[in-house]
Amino acid sequence: MDPKLLVTIILFGPLIGAAAAGLFGRRLGDNLSRGITTGFLFLSAILSWVVFSKWTWGGLEPFTITYAPFIHVGDFVSNWSFRLDALSAVMLVVVTTVSSLVHLYSWGYMADDPSKPRFFAYLSLFTFAMLSLISAADFMQLFFGWEGVGLASYLLIGFWFHKPTANAASIKAFVVNRVGDFGFALGIMTVFWAFGTIEFAKLFPLIKDAVGQGWDFAGGRFNLVDLACALLFVGAMGKSAQFFLHTWLPDAMEGPTPVSALIHAATMVTAGVYMVCLLSPMFEYAPVAKHIVVVIGAVTALFAATVGLTQNDIKRVIAYSTCSQLGYMFMAAGVGAYQAGMFHLFTHAFFKALLFLGAGSVIHGMAHEQDMRRYGGLWKYMKITALVMIAGTIAITGLGIPGLEIGFAGFYSKDSIIHAGFTLGEAGDPLGYFAWVIGVFVAGLTAFYSWRVAFFTFNGHARWTSEDLEHHWHNRDHAHGDDHGHAAAHDDAHQEPDHGGHEHKPHESPWTMLVPLVVLSIGAIFSGWFFEGQFIGHEQHEFWRGAIFNAPTNHILEHHEAPLLVTLAPLIATLLGLGYAAWMYLVKEGLGARLAAKGGPLYTFFYNKWFFDELYQATFVRAAKVLGDLFWKGGDQKVIDGFGPDGVSALSVKVGKGAGRLQSGYVYHYAFVMLLGVAGLLTYALVAWSA
Amino acid sequence: MPILSFVTFAPLLGVAGILALRCLGKPDDPKTIEASKWIALVTTLATFALSVLLVAQFNPNDPGFQFLEETPWFGGLYYRMGVDGISVLFVLLNAFLMPLCIIASWNTIKSRVLEYLIAFLILETLVTGVFCALDLVVFYIFFEFGLVPMFLIIGIWGGARRVYAAFKFFLYTLLGSVLMLAAILFMIGTTHTSSIPELMAYHFDPAVQTWLWLAFFASFAVKMPMWPVHTWLPDAHVEAPTAGSVILAGILLKMGGYGFLRFSLPMFPNASEMFTPLVFALSVIAVIYTSLVAFRQVDVKKLIAYSSVAHMGLVTMGIFSGNVQGEQGAIYQMLSHGVISGALFLCVGVIYDRMHTREIAFYGGLVNRMPWYAAVFMLFSMGNVGLPGTSGFVGEILSMTGAYKASTWTAILAATGVILSAVYMLTLYRRVVFGTIENPKLETITDLDWREIVIFAPLIVATLFMGVQPNSVFNLTASSVDQLVRVYQAAIGA
Repeated sequence: MDPKLLVTIILFGPLIGAAAAGLFGRRLGDNLSRGITTGFLFLSAILSWVVFSKWTWGGLEPFTITYAPFIHVGDFVSNWSFRLDALSAVMLVVVTTVSSLVHLYSWGYMADDPSKPRFFAYLSLFTFAMLSLISAADFMQLFFGWEGVGLASYLLIGFWFHKPTANAASIKAFVVNRVGDFGFALGIMTVFWAFGTIEFAKLFPLIKDAVGQGWDFAGGRFNLVDLACALLFVGAMGKSAQFFLHTWLPDAMEGPTPVSALIHAATMVTAGVYMVCLLSPMFEYAPVAKHIVVVIGAVTALFAATVGLTQNDIKRVIAYSTCSQLGYMFMAAGVGAYQAGMFHLFTHAFFKALLFLGAGSVIHGMAHEQDMRRYGGLWKYMKITALVMIAGTIAITGLGIPGLEIGFAGFYSKDSIIHAGFTLGEAGDPLGYFAWVIGVFVAGLTAFYSWRVAFFTFNGHARWTSEDLEHHWHNRDHAHGDDHGHAAAHDDAHQEPDHGGHEHKPHESPWTMLVPLVVLSIGAIFSGWFFEGQFIGHEQHEFWRGAIFNAPTNHILEHHEAPLLVTLAPLIATLLGLGYAAWMYLVKEGLGARLAAKGGPLYTFFYNKWFFDELYQATFVRAAKVLGDLFWKGGDQKVIDGFGPDGVSALSVKVGKGAGRLQSGYVYHYAFVMLLGVAGLLTYALVAWSA
Repeated sequence: MPILSFVTFAPLLGVAGILALRCLGKPDDPKTIEASKWIALVTTLATFALSVLLVAQFNPNDPGFQFLEETPWFGGLYYRMGVDGISVLFVLLNAFLMPLCIIASWNTIKSRVLEYLIAFLILETLVTGVFCALDLVVFYIFFEFGLVPMFLIIGIWGGARRVYAAFKFFLYTLLGSVLMLAAILFMIGTTHTSSIPELMAYHFDPAVQTWLWLAFFASFAVKMPMWPVHTWLPDAHVEAPTAGSVILAGILLKMGGYGFLRFSLPMFPNASEMFTPLVFALSVIAVIYTSLVAFRQVDVKKLIAYSSVAHMGLVTMGIFSGNVQGEQGAIYQMLSHGVISGALFLCVGVIYDRMHTREIAFYGGLVNRMPWYAAVFMLFSMGNVGLPGTSGFVGEILSMTGAYKASTWTAILAATGVILSAVYMLTLYRRVVFGTIENPKLETITDLDWREIVIFAPLIVATLFMGVQPNSVFNLTASSVDQLVRVYQAAIGA
């Protein structure tokens, strides 16, 4: 079949499904709504693999379909289009595969929910927006998809609209993303006025000649390409929850777990990484922006991992883990190893979706309990879930044998990122060593928090039986004593659905949930081994075919010999993390709880997420409220109205005619006063302008 | 056929019909009232059909005025009409919103129904006239008399503080009008013509331009409204009946922006350039200041009114950026805001009709009882925050892009509006729609009825169509806007 027809079906199938379930869901009924959306998604997924195979092994050439004009105003030209190249081909399979599996999984997970058509409509709508994002041929369609996935994310985080915490989290996600989009939009404007186009194909060839060109922005003069890239990167930071703009992602876990797996782990949050890789022809000529990307990525990787060490909500640990892994991907892009970043995006989609859906399976089996302190010993009750979760854990921690080049998915992609950092350091950029050190250290932290989840959940004593409950609650109150943020409210909210739910036994999930888990675990185990050659190995040039640009001076992904210790360092760090977790949660079971109870400044700092929420609450949120009140009650009511119409009214009261009666005399009186005011204002402005 | 005059005065046929009914039958007879409503509806629908015809016959490749009419009037004055790419769509927008207003008022207006309908029909004539007039005197008459029906709609059919609101509205607008009238008299005295096309070609001395610009600015800035002459708007909206708010936000505010495009930029280009920093400053203040004020409102309608001021800030910014992107963005933003804010006021009207309060705290959890309403309100909320795919996005991004060229600081500060609009709009939505029903009075609230669905359906279609196919609008406006920008840039020597 014609690949142009294939990608068109892939793109619009989910939209049709979303419209059907969203508009006619009640008439179609639950099963038909679920069936239509899931059916279209599986169709899209199968066709995506067809396109991807044709790309990888069939020599398919890149192409762009233009469906219709979007905005044509002067040179500001954007079209509705589908751009197929290696990057979008990779994203196609990632998005549709995870999305179709999540659709299927949701049959089981959302079985008891009364609003199934709405849920499936949102999931499919998200998929459509995500596909339009990855297939954009210009900045406007990219932005359309970008904000479209944001809308779907907002709707799905707040899916359980009766929960106040879910509503708060959904608004937070939207607003923080908007902060990123603020930078993104300014970046697009900079690109447009500097290069006279917002179409990628026309833009990229122009970058090389703009190197060194200055650009006036906000009163300063900047290097044009650096400025544009840095502004666009702010958008990526918002969407991919990077340091400073990360606060929404953990709260986004208020949404149903399939949503967390699809949107907040595998696909949407990787859009920022995708954008940076797509814009590699720009970033390659933006050394300062690249350094910013490395630093933000590295700090995020470290920050999120430290917070992840201490969280007790299983979904929050995995959310911070996502944040941290996204930091790795940005590190890769920032050091110039975009291919490695995309490779990690690809493998991460499988194992992180797996971990989330696995966690969802546990939560499902535990009557919606998410606190790991109430888990323990679950291996007996859900063996398949436990097995696939362990596969996912091995994959994310990147276990493998360096000499033989055999390992789980994360081993190939993460090690290549860490290695790229070292290579950059060797090439003379000290920031490369920085990335390498952080990368190795965070690998250790990753191993600890990931295995902590596995051990805490599946091994040890059951902490969910009723006799343990009293003891548990005691600890819990203590731990939450200093937590005035979302965690407390969050935990409470989760007590609602399960009235004494812990009295009945944990159980394994239905097949609709297990099948996606098994499929994803195949990806988590083999995707690295199978695709290494294409993404970062010997066949990378044939695979990418120009979709990612590496400057002539960028040799980061060519094979380099490194000292043995450097090659082994990630493995050693991982094993140390694993060993420590095993010691703490298997050998000395209960040690973790005792350490947590003791607190300590570092623990408190990590547990409270470096106090970012409190900081933002005290500054931005407070300022908006105070200023809003000041402008409203002070500015509008006292100053403007006080001197204006109300002053006139007051005067008329004084004279005894009664407020509000239309007296022509006062009208003129008022008009005169206003005239003077306007004249004064304008005179002032005139002087200020000519000065 | 003088189609423009026909479109403009067609609503008066409805007025004649209603008056005839009133004289023949009993004014308070329910049958008379019912028949009058139908007359008004049919008249507005026919006017809409005529304006569609007008747009269909409009030649998008001609940058100049089309469907010209010119007849001597009296005392050496002329009656001149014509539309170009900038004005023709406002005629359509006005005619589009009017039938919806009539339907929206069908059951909610209980007193003096005939007068109410007459007021709306006259208002439609006057507003259409504003956008079609090609003569300064004719323009001024339409522009100023348009105030009167609106003043009456607020003052007679408004809420508890309607007199105060009407008074404030009147005061502010009067201030601008007086100055504009003086300027118009001066212009006619100097140039010996009141023809707008001729005046557009006339080169005023830059010093004179300054004063004329300021006089027109006073009038248009109040109409927009720009900060700090905006405080009449929230009060007017709060007290106005729903349909009054729809027309006020949807069309009357656009007269200010249209004025800038028709008069300030082409006739006083040098002054426009000189005052651009002032306009930018006021626009940016409007965006940030009124967005923050909107965030703190406790009254649904007031919040949306303040949001309108913020959105109009983007319009003035786009207009004075003096490039194609900015102008197109501003025009698009006005058209889109006409649809979206009109729809949002109708959304408020839906719950106000049921509960008779606009207090945000009264509501909460409406989605449980009104799922369709929740979906409709969500769509327009997203339009209001400028989500791509809705019409709100296109105007926002283009006017900011236009401003970026003129001043990066302006674009940066205005772009904070995309964050702030999300803050106040989503907070409002959450407090009204999401959550559980806490207020027992809401337990029996009903979802949209067929009449409300009929009103919202065309607005939904317009919002989405303009969101994904903005080019169908740009095709109509492009040549006129290109010419406007070309002439403006030539005049300021850019």
